[in-house]
Amino acid sequence: MAAHVPYRATWLNARVLLVNALAFCGGFSIMSLELLGGRILAPWFGGSIYVWGSIITVFMLALSLGYLIGGRLSLRAPTLAKFGGILTVAAVILYPTVHLAEPTMVWVFERIEDPRYGSLVASLMLFVAPTVVLGAISPYSVRLLVRQREESGKVAGTLYFVSTLGSALGTLATSFYFVLWFEIDTIVTCLAGLLLGLGALAVAVGVNTEAPA
Amino acid sequence: MIRWRRLVLAAALASALPAASAVDVLHRERSLYQTILITEDRNRICMQFSVREQQRNQSCFNPRRPKRMVFTYTRMMMGALLLEPEPVNVLIAGLGGGTLPTALHDLLPEAHIDTVEIDPAVVAAARRYFGFATGERQVVHVRDARVFIKRAVTDDVRYDLVMLDAFGGDYIPEHLMTREFLDEVRALMTDGGVLAANTFATSRLYDHESETYRAAFGMFFNLRLRESNNRVILARNGPLPDKAELRANAAAWRGRLRAYDVPIREFPARLSLDVDWDVTRRPLTDQYAPANLLRGD
Repeated sequence: MAAHVPYRATWLNARVLLVNALAFCGGFSIMSLELLGGRILAPWFGGSIYVWGSIITVFMLALSLGYLIGGRLSLRAPTLAKFGGILTVAAVILYPTVHLAEPTMVWVFERIEDPRYGSLVASLMLFVAPTVVLGAISPYSVRLLVRQREESGKVAGTLYFVSTLGSALGTLATSFYFVLWFEIDTIVTCLAGLLLGLGALAVAVGVNTEAPA
Repeated sequence: MIRWRRLVLAAALASALPAASAVDVLHRERSLYQTILITEDRNRICMQFSVREQQRNQSCFNPRRPKRMVFTYTRMMMGALLLEPEPVNVLIAGLGGGTLPTALHDLLPEAHIDTVEIDPAVVAAARRYFGFATGERQVVHVRDARVFIKRAVTDDVRYDLVMLDAFGGDYIPEHLMTREFLDEVRALMTDGGVLAANTFATSRLYDHESETYRAAFGMFFNLRLRESNNRVILARNGPLPDKAELRANAAAWRGRLRAYDVPIREFPARLSLDVDWDVTRRPLTDQYAPANLLRGD
């Protein structure tokens, strides 16, 4: 057993780093997507203040649900592999937005005249699913890293710090640079690619290092 | 020492007082979209959206000569009449003080004018300080222009003159400067219908914007005057008229536009088809529309 200690310590550090990286990218993707949401809706519902109202409402609602679901999921034998699975699912749900946005907004535009409710319904249809899944990342990551009750606040605080920092950077990078360099669909595809890549990495690491329960 | 202080104080007062008394702020309001400032000096009342010096006056009028157009770009917008001398259905995006809709309403007794303005506070200020009056032929829709136009296309409404004058203050509504938006505008225009757009003549945005208009309309006239930083794009849903037709329309309108100070006879010579921008720049699209970032560069 003693011979395993150094190995175990490095592995733990790598694991902590990976979970934090995933939390960071989750936060980054959420805010990048939220900002792009305004651009995606504007051609159909305009740039009025209520369009942003709709988007922010929907993201907050979806995140609150995501937190709830992530917390529940963390009760059932949490593993790094499953955590990676959440990000993979987020990527798989996010990517089709690229192709579904236009037909969805046409559908809503034809049925709802008032752009307030039009933008609200379109946001619900386009952004709830990926954001709920992204929201599940935070509570699940807390569960993965907490080992003792006394340190739970510290672990949660660090993870909130990391994921909110990711959100801040996602907001800045998207609004200052990405929209100047890339098309919206390219940015969303890259976000999905990033989530998929990191999710798959976490699954691979988890499967190879975690002993079956 | 005291004398010096007095002198400095007197100098400061002397420089501050005339400015303070010359321009009165009649109204200041933070609306949902911008800061609206209504000012009055000796001979004009102005509506401003921006606190930046160069972008200051959005719309001004002289109460003693209310018809006279104070700004060159507003006069340039009237150049649309060279391409469509008798429009019947007119759409204007962006109200400001209502200079354009009021002038067109008076000049075209048969015309029906729809103006789209996103900010209800601008409509209220135009009514209160600029004498802007709505009626059967003069209708204002408080709506985002993109949403209004998209809806109008589906409802099969058509206009023979569309004027885009929605870029005013510090922020450009980016969804009103894309290829897809201009395609929608074109779909709203009758055959031979005319578009007049007040746009930017400086920064990298000029290249991108020009390419965007070219992608949507093909050839268009650029109207630029030395005294203005704006350029007005005049495009048509169909072939552009030749110089003879432009001159004939200018001659026909000259007398009626005199009270508005629109030097329409000078315009035909100023209409240019030259491609004086960098054609390798990307047209702006709904996918790629960083107009504000490009303008800042």
